[in-house]
Amino acid sequence: MSGRKAGTGGLTVIPENPREIRGMVPESIALRGPAGPEGIEPDEGKSLSAASLAEIDRLIDIYPERRSALLPALWVAQREQGFVGRRPMEEIAAKIGVSPAFVASVVSFYTMYQIRPIGKYLIQICTSLACYLRGSDALVDHVRKKLGVDLGGTTRDGRFTLVRVECLGSCGTAPMLQLNDDYHENLSPLSKVDELLDSLE
Amino acid sequence: MTEKILLRNVGTEGSTRLATYERNGGYQALRKALQTSPDALVEEVKKAGLRGRGGAGFPTGVKWGFMPKEPVRPSYLLVNADESEPGTFKDRLLMEEDPHLVLEGTLISAHAIRARTVFIYVRGEFLKPYLTMQAAVEEARAKGYVGRNILGSGVDCEVVMHRGAGAYICGEETALMESLEGKRGYPRLKPPFPAAAGVYGCPTTINNVETLANVPFIVERGAGWYLGIGREKNNGPKLYCMSGHLKRPGVYEAPLGTPLMTLVDDFAGGLWKESRKLKAIVPGGASAPVLTAEECRDVPMDFDALIARKSMLGSAGVMVMDESVCMVRALERILRFFAHESCGQCTPCRVGADWIHRIVKRIEAGHGKDGDCETLLSVCDNMIGKTICVFADAAALPAKSFVTKFRREFDEHIGAGRCTLPEA
Repeated sequence: MSGRKAGTGGLTVIPENPREIRGMVPESIALRGPAGPEGIEPDEGKSLSAASLAEIDRLIDIYPERRSALLPALWVAQREQGFVGRRPMEEIAAKIGVSPAFVASVVSFYTMYQIRPIGKYLIQICTSLACYLRGSDALVDHVRKKLGVDLGGTTRDGRFTLVRVECLGSCGTAPMLQLNDDYHENLSPLSKVDELLDSLE
Repeated sequence: MTEKILLRNVGTEGSTRLATYERNGGYQALRKALQTSPDALVEEVKKAGLRGRGGAGFPTGVKWGFMPKEPVRPSYLLVNADESEPGTFKDRLLMEEDPHLVLEGTLISAHAIRARTVFIYVRGEFLKPYLTMQAAVEEARAKGYVGRNILGSGVDCEVVMHRGAGAYICGEETALMESLEGKRGYPRLKPPFPAAAGVYGCPTTINNVETLANVPFIVERGAGWYLGIGREKNNGPKLYCMSGHLKRPGVYEAPLGTPLMTLVDDFAGGLWKESRKLKAIVPGGASAPVLTAEECRDVPMDFDALIARKSMLGSAGVMVMDESVCMVRALERILRFFAHESCGQCTPCRVGADWIHRIVKRIEAGHGKDGDCETLLSVCDNMIGKTICVFADAAALPAKSFVTKFRREFDEHIGAGRCTLPEA
């Protein structure tokens, strides 16, 4: 693969990873869904349940301005469907009183909202400096090999999605990973990760 | 070791429960504060010299003093619990282990700035701290500490928990306000400062979790007592986040001004492998310029001492590196973070953070060229002070410090086309 002239001052960039040649796709998006950089478009998703819509109404009432309920509303949608698809975005936009494009722009800013289905278990491994110093790279390699999946990818059976993330505030208990909502810390030696992953259904 | 103040309940049985907290004297400071005028509270905190623990070290009482005394619009207190600086994990500990201390400090501070609504903005990844804080708020509400007419004082204070969704920049106070308003977390130009026009355009104060945790003690024991801890103009207890190549990493409490090597050797048990020597320490989170082993001697860990050494205390995220660490690779890790987290609003930062990361990544991968270090330093100089918020500075200053202090390692990398350190 040849290098390319980046827009930033004519530096020749030698990509190690084909994703990088796309340059314009921020890593947060590139590593987001199973589809990688092609996956910027959200999935369709389903209409939100009556319970979720009622929850969003309740959230709107909490704040002095309706729009403040946007992030919480997106959490409600993601909890219900596992990701925030186009249809929930539109429904939330209508409730909050902003355009669907505005909602999409907010969704894309924050790394934790998924825009298409991912694995049943989302494994996020911190590889920032403090974790790196305690062996996070070996942890990433180990999980990659064990699951047979690359960063940003989902296993064929749809069980695991693996991503690398920046500091999760667990530096004193490094290395660590986040499995769905939960932190798992002090993962040294690596047999602890095996125990953890093997215990999952 | 000196008396534990901020961490006195941490690790004790039932530390998150209201009953335990009350039994240990909790919410007495709130009772006292509710009998005190807001202005007297502000004065006391000013006198105590409490400086913000989020990173900037701005005097908290002075910040509070900017809030209107006769507000015509609602005033708001925003609790910054968006702890995301690499190397920092103290606010998480406080929220997980002693949420009522954080809440009591929050309620007193809200009274001091005449805010009737508080938003506690917790970073999205911190679900456990969020739920622990939320449970504490509900417990406190049931006992009359939160809501209308608190303890019959006539003071109202509503507390709203708010969850972020993954964006480092939202820890910047104006980005936090934007995010709370349901927008992308783009920092705002200052002025207007938040005390004049903050969230919803109303007067707002943003305080860090640890800062607020100091407040009940100042109210209870007085500014005079507080001034007896630490060094001149750097008073009070401090939480130090010790990570990296240490025997006992973790959060430790010690007075501001505690020598760095005391924290490393006495608190954190020294380096993890005795056969290896200390190489460098990042003293205040990823944004802080690195200190060489030589510079680490005799550094009091406080705001002014680190400024004098051209670094910063920041969030006191102390990341310790032994001699096996390649400084090119360590910097690559730091810069990858900043390239990833730049909000993209200002060109020098959006382009610069990515650019300096690419340069260091290239050097690390063995494709460095002569002149790369000069290019990097020149890009840094075109980032510092040229953007809306200090994120660009936070990326450029550590980059400059690594390259200037460990220049030989960078040059050897470029010359050899690989890392020249022996395999660890």
